[in-house]
Amino acid sequence: MLHGTVIILTAFAYLGLLFAIAYFADKRADAGRPVINNPYVYSLSLAVYATAWTFYGSVGRAASDGIGFLPIYIGPTLMIALWWVVMRKILRISKQNRITSLADFIASRYGKSALLGGIVTVIAVVGILPYISLQLKAISSSFSILVQYPEIVMPGNAEPQSMREDTALWVALILAAFTIAFGTRHLDAAEHHQGMVAAIAFESLVKLLAFMAVGVFVTFGIYNGFGDLFTRAAAHPKLRDLMTPLGGVAGGYASWVWLTILSMMAIMFLPRQFQVAVVENLDEKHLNKAIWLFPLYMLAINVFVLPLAFGGVMHFPDGRVDADTFVLTLPMAEKQEFLALLVFIGGLSAATGMVIVETIALSTMVCNDLVMPVLLRMRALRLNERRDLTGLLLGIRRGAIVLILLLGYLYFKLAGEAYALVSIGLISFAAVAQFAPVVLGGIFWKGGTRRGAIAGLIAGFAVWFYTLLLPALARSGWLPTGLLEHGPWGVELLKPLELFGLTGLDQITHAMIWSMIANIGCYLGVSLSASSSADEHRQASLFVDVFRHTGEAGGARFWRGTASVPELHNLLARFLGPGTAEAAFREYAEARGHRWPDDALAADAELVHYVEVQLAGAIGAASARVMVASVAKEEALTVDEVREVLDEASQVVVYSHRLEQKSHELEAATTELREANERLKELDRMKDDFVSTVSHELRTPLTSIRAFTEILLEDPKVELEQRRKFLGIITKEAERLTRLINQVLDLAKIESGNADWVESAVDMKEVISDTLAAMDQLFKEKKIEVRAQLPDRVSPVTSDLDRMIQVMLNLLSNAVKFCDAAAGRIEVALTERDGSVRVDVRDNGRGIDPENHEAIFSKFHQASDTLTGKPHGSGLGLHISRQIVEHFGGRMWVESRLGSGACLSFTLPTAGAT
Amino acid sequence: MGDSERRGQRFVALCVLGILLFNYPVLALFNVPGTLFGIPTLYAYIFIAWAALIGLMAANVETSR
Repeated sequence: MLHGTVIILTAFAYLGLLFAIAYFADKRADAGRPVINNPYVYSLSLAVYATAWTFYGSVGRAASDGIGFLPIYIGPTLMIALWWVVMRKILRISKQNRITSLADFIASRYGKSALLGGIVTVIAVVGILPYISLQLKAISSSFSILVQYPEIVMPGNAEPQSMREDTALWVALILAAFTIAFGTRHLDAAEHHQGMVAAIAFESLVKLLAFMAVGVFVTFGIYNGFGDLFTRAAAHPKLRDLMTPLGGVAGGYASWVWLTILSMMAIMFLPRQFQVAVVENLDEKHLNKAIWLFPLYMLAINVFVLPLAFGGVMHFPDGRVDADTFVLTLPMAEKQEFLALLVFIGGLSAATGMVIVETIALSTMVCNDLVMPVLLRMRALRLNERRDLTGLLLGIRRGAIVLILLLGYLYFKLAGEAYALVSIGLISFAAVAQFAPVVLGGIFWKGGTRRGAIAGLIAGFAVWFYTLLLPALARSGWLPTGLLEHGPWGVELLKPLELFGLTGLDQITHAMIWSMIANIGCYLGVSLSASSSADEHRQASLFVDVFRHTGEAGGARFWRGTASVPELHNLLARFLGPGTAEAAFREYAEARGHRWPDDALAADAELVHYVEVQLAGAIGAASARVMVASVAKEEALTVDEVREVLDEASQVVVYSHRLEQKSHELEAATTELREANERLKELDRMKDDFVSTVSHELRTPLTSIRAFTEILLEDPKVELEQRRKFLGIITKEAERLTRLINQVLDLAKIESGNADWVESAVDMKEVISDTLAAMDQLFKEKKIEVRAQLPDRVSPVTSDLDRMIQVMLNLLSNAVKFCDAAAGRIEVALTERDGSVRVDVRDNGRGIDPENHEAIFSKFHQASDTLTGKPHGSGLGLHISRQIVEHFGGRMWVESRLGSGACLSFTLPTAGAT
Repeated sequence: MGDSERRGQRFVALCVLGILLFNYPVLALFNVPGTLFGIPTLYAYIFIAWAALIGLMAANVETSR
């Protein structure tokens, strides 16, 4: 049994739980361990978009229009696809300028204009009132329906209520108290309400779960799944047309398109969406996940809307039950007490979430952009002399919250009963859509001016008021209905619902068309025709080029004047409280390597700008500017000067780009030079080595020739036998000398590139046979067994015949030198494979240490005999051979292990292959 | 910055795709009697297209490069 007391106790227990969550999150934030600093909480907090309108109203709309409720959720999905471009820019701008509300954002963009901030605030408050009244209506009517359980009685048909039983009023007052406790506990320079965000995220979960629960119950509990439900609905006379709803119902496609556009604007410019998406955002990166999680949330909460709507119509065929209440009345009709209570809590979540965030956002606007600028200008109040203004600021905000909720209640009493939930909400959507041109224009177009923005907003708002709010009041009986039927003073052309004779559209589409024409037209027209001030120029540039001006100091370049540090400090302390001011100054000093308050800070443009931005967080950009101007003497900049600074800035950017490029080029050039120098040094060292080795090599044979000739010269009595032996040595040494000199000359020619190459098709088989034949005598002398494995035919290679013979001679004499002294054996193999010819020359000597495999090919490497220390050759043969082979595109290498002989091989590409 | 810019352009393309999918005349093609998986064609189409669009948006943010 659901008694009123049970429902009220449950509701209060739920609100208490919310408060506990908020309290816990605030405590954690104070301790520096925020619970809301992740993309999931951010995404859930964005879902404050889904209010009682979504929870109860969508079903009501679907019952009459079918698909007509969906543009409200598809529009935001489309808009969020643009968030990567748009929202990231707004976030960056807001963080740099400490923007605390939509009014602040717009005022700040158009030259920190207090007037503009005030206009935006008024439009927002008046525009949102219907929306708040919608939530009050939803809570109070869901309560009065639930309290009648198990009967289902519509609130309108119940007995008239006394003041004491006026639930809407009580709901408004309780919510006001609750919001005050949530949102104005203390003054934060960045306007972060972490506790509130945590509670809102939790509420988003609750309303989603409650709605899904009732959806599953109706679809699978009352009916047998989607198929069954839709089949029965198609057979129902009232629902048959809703299976193909577009084209006929409610303006068809035009209405669909305008609702989509409207909700695209709403997701950006509803004060509460701006609050959670921009002001409460802790990290730009959270946007990445939210971009798809939030649309997914909207998809999920809409899946069961149609089943609930059709289920409700079929369940209550007599039409006595308001479709807006199906979510609640369906479980009640099925006697599901607990589910009905859960639905009530879900609806309460949806409505309270909206009311809390919306009133906090609006109260910040009212305080910073409406009341404070006026108070600060009233010299009689002597606010400038008050020590601490934080109490006053909080007081204004609390008053604003109560006032806004009471106004919402008033609207509910005046006009709320005549409209369905969705229609009430759409009036508010149309109001906030008026902000779209000035905000979007403001961040992408530098030409938009303060006067243009004011003109556009006022024109758009006036048309909205005339075509939407006035008819709403008239229909509720507060204005003569003749106004709607015949136009004011009987002028038919001015009929609010058919302005200038435009007919055939639904009310929202009609209002949107005219208000947007007026709004955009005035914004563009006035902006283009009037010149702008220095402040506007500066702000336009700071907003549009936000990604170019980095850091909070971006705005400091534009300030010129004198100020004193103590005065600035006092100013901050008065509005933020001494503790916060002290912390702000310490942070500023530490970021610049000073210590506060020990070191003297310079009261320069940077500090003044810093103080202004901090102050803007508490009292809005326009008021902050006025307050800073009161303690600092500023020299006004002219438009030309601002332009100059901007030009300088852009030139500096260009210069620094160029500088960077130049320094990159320089770096590259330096690296190249260094490498070239290294190479030169290496070559120089090699040349020295070469010269000293060559001289050494030449001296050795010369020394022995000289020694023996001297013996022969001085001692004529040398025996003939001895003489012959000496002369033999002299001849051999002379030959060696000649060979060496030839090779050095040869090498010099090859290395300098002056060698004469006579290219022709060379048959390697012939080369090998000829060389072996020429060396036959030598082999016999040394008793070396030579084995040649030559194929019948190999493809010719393009090469120099004499050089090839030289290579083979080198390899073979090398093999002769190193093969086993007692039983020497040399194997020569010629093979052809994969377009190249390969020659292997294998000896059976002592082999080569793998460490030396590359070294034997270098100049003057000599494998000296460890016993005699006498070198075996010039040390140039293999080097030259390799140079020759490589010149013809081949490769030469050695394979060997110590003690098992060595195999020198080379390959050359065949003539066809190259 | 290059990567971010390309993603931004893809998002604009996705928005344009969404506007096409949820507008006349594509919508009119599905505004016909009949059912898809037991659900009226228009409703089924809208929810499937919507889910697909969200999937593409997620892919554009979550995939690297």
